[in-house]
Amino acid sequence: MTLLQVDQLTKSFSGLRAVSDVDVTVTDGEFLGIIGPNGAGKTTLFSLLAGQLPPTSGRVVFDGQDITGWPADKVAGAGLVRTFQLMRPFESMSVLENVAVAAHHRHRSRRAARRHALEVIERVRLAEYVHAPSGSLPTAGLKRLELARALALEPRLLLLDEVLAGLVPAERAPIIELLREIHADGVTVMFVEHIMAAVMALSERLLVMAEGQELALGDPQEVIRDPRVVEAYLGEDYA
Amino acid sequence: MTTLTERPTTIAADDPRLKDSSATRSYAVLGVLVAVLAVLPFLLDDQTETVAVRTLIFAIMAVGWNLMSGYGGMFSFGHAAFFGIGAYTDAYLLVQHGVSPWIAMVVGALISAAAGTLIAFLCLRYKLAGPYFALATFAFAQVFLLAVQNIDALNRTEGFNVPILSEDSWTMMQWKAGSPLYFWIPLGILALGLLGTIWFVHSRTGQYAQAVRDDETAAASLGINVMRVRLVTVAASCALTSVAGSFYTQYYFFVGPEQGFGSAVSVNAIVPAVIGGIGTIWGPLVGALIVGPLSEWIADVLREPPGFLSFLEGLSGLDVAVYAALLILIVLFMPKGIYGTLRDRFRS
Ligand SMILES: Nc1ncnc2c1ncn2[C@@H]1O[C@H](COP(=O)(O)OP(=O)(O)OP(=O)(O)O)[C@@H](O)[C@H]1O
Ligand SMILES: [Mg+2]
Repeated sequence: MTLLQVDQLTKSFSGLRAVSDVDVTVTDGEFLGIIGPNGAGKTTLFSLLAGQLPPTSGRVVFDGQDITGWPADKVAGAGLVRTFQLMRPFESMSVLENVAVAAHHRHRSRRAARRHALEVIERVRLAEYVHAPSGSLPTAGLKRLELARALALEPRLLLLDEVLAGLVPAERAPIIELLREIHADGVTVMFVEHIMAAVMALSERLLVMAEGQELALGDPQEVIRDPRVVEAYLGEDYA
Repeated sequence: MTTLTERPTTIAADDPRLKDSSATRSYAVLGVLVAVLAVLPFLLDDQTETVAVRTLIFAIMAVGWNLMSGYGGMFSFGHAAFFGIGAYTDAYLLVQHGVSPWIAMVVGALISAAAGTLIAFLCLRYKLAGPYFALATFAFAQVFLLAVQNIDALNRTEGFNVPILSEDSWTMMQWKAGSPLYFWIPLGILALGLLGTIWFVHSRTGQYAQAVRDDETAAASLGINVMRVRLVTVAASCALTSVAGSFYTQYYFFVGPEQGFGSAVSVNAIVPAVIGGIGTIWGPLVGALIVGPLSEWIADVLREPPGFLSFLEGLSGLDVAVYAALLILIVLFMPKGIYGTLRDRFRS
């Protein structure tokens, strides 16, 4: 079943086409990796899907509903949730309070929201910071906080924007394991990442973007051998 | 489809990390505080009690202002609009229609909440933020001031005098001068305002409001309806400040355009909160405890200045100058206010 259908999606910033005629279909339950050089339009694509930016043209259909141009809160409410590459913690709040704000989406009561938040915090391995002011977290912590808040909403489609960036390899492994687990739970994932080992380990299909456009889309092993992809992004070494 | 909810929770319901005693502690502090303050009328002479009542009025306004500007992050420079609506609703309904001030207080609060919501909606709809939002609220308050000065039914520049009754009356909220009730009523309103603040800050909507204040984009991405949360916060803020205005009319038996809607009134709502600490529960009260007596002292100095200050005699506006100086000092050296700064110091 198709969960997300993106038709000819375009975003222009005063002439610059940051996202240009992108067509993607994401199946329910799939794990789609997205790679591409800096400035390829990956983050902009997420902002268009999740409602932070209105598209210049094109259409987004999520779970059978046309959500093009919906405000971000409504999109999130429908189950499409993104994280931010440039982390956006609620700085006056502790880690627990940050995640509880998200957990409140499903839990009206304070107790239930905090309990659910704590569970998610443990899953993303932030437990040691549970009462720390979120502004004091190191980058790796903030990345995991982004992930925790998104998970606390219990999304159907999760857009992850470089959640592994800034983590040392030892910190990555448990998060990769967690992403696998979330995926196994039935959550559909779109995964923007520069760390190829993680992308290759997790992705069922791979989308390569360059200059706002879709360069290649398909089986990860095939896509990374595509000469155009090698040239635009990976460099000869990787292939 | 399985979702995370169906996964059995790994967190015990009584996990110690879930304990949040801060609300309970705040309620306890409030209880003790109100009990202590409640005996003041028996200890203070009439003159000092007047200052105490004025301090309470400052505190109620500032607690109200703090909801929207401190917790909501929408800096209002126009809270006179809502103080004025409260004061005038009380005066108008009482003088023209004999309506009990208790009812007028509620009506005024509802009108203020509606007016505040509409003003905030317009400002936010057109994406006014920060200083532009503050200026817009200031402009609205000025418009209200001008309007009141030109509406016959509101006695234009003359305002309203509350008729003085010969007997005590609960219905009309009138007692003989110096009655402790004139202290207990604003104390009760303040207690309710603080109670509401504590509850709000720990409620879902209050948490949303603070999230929106910290980062609107992130809040929206978590499914929070930013506009709705903001408007609810504004409504509560304006309603509370309005009640302070209604009580003002009852206490001073008079309200005119400047007492209700003058820009000095907006300043009076801001200054205690900023001095005490915005976005904190106790900051506005702490600030009012400083500003209330200070304003009285300034009035005394102007009435009968000591020799070396004789040039000040009869001058007005000194209070504003002193407030401005205080604000500058606070913003420079204690941006979190006196209470906010002390609290942070004791925590760490
Ligand atoms: N708000 C904006 N206004 C103008 N230009 C923008 C804006 N946001 C992004 N861009 C431009 O759009 C292009 C795509 O940016 P985007 O952030 O989507 O790239 P990305 O693929 O996420 O890159 P990275 O891998 O570095 O995160 C870039 O050229 C960027 O400068
Ligand atoms: Mg990016």
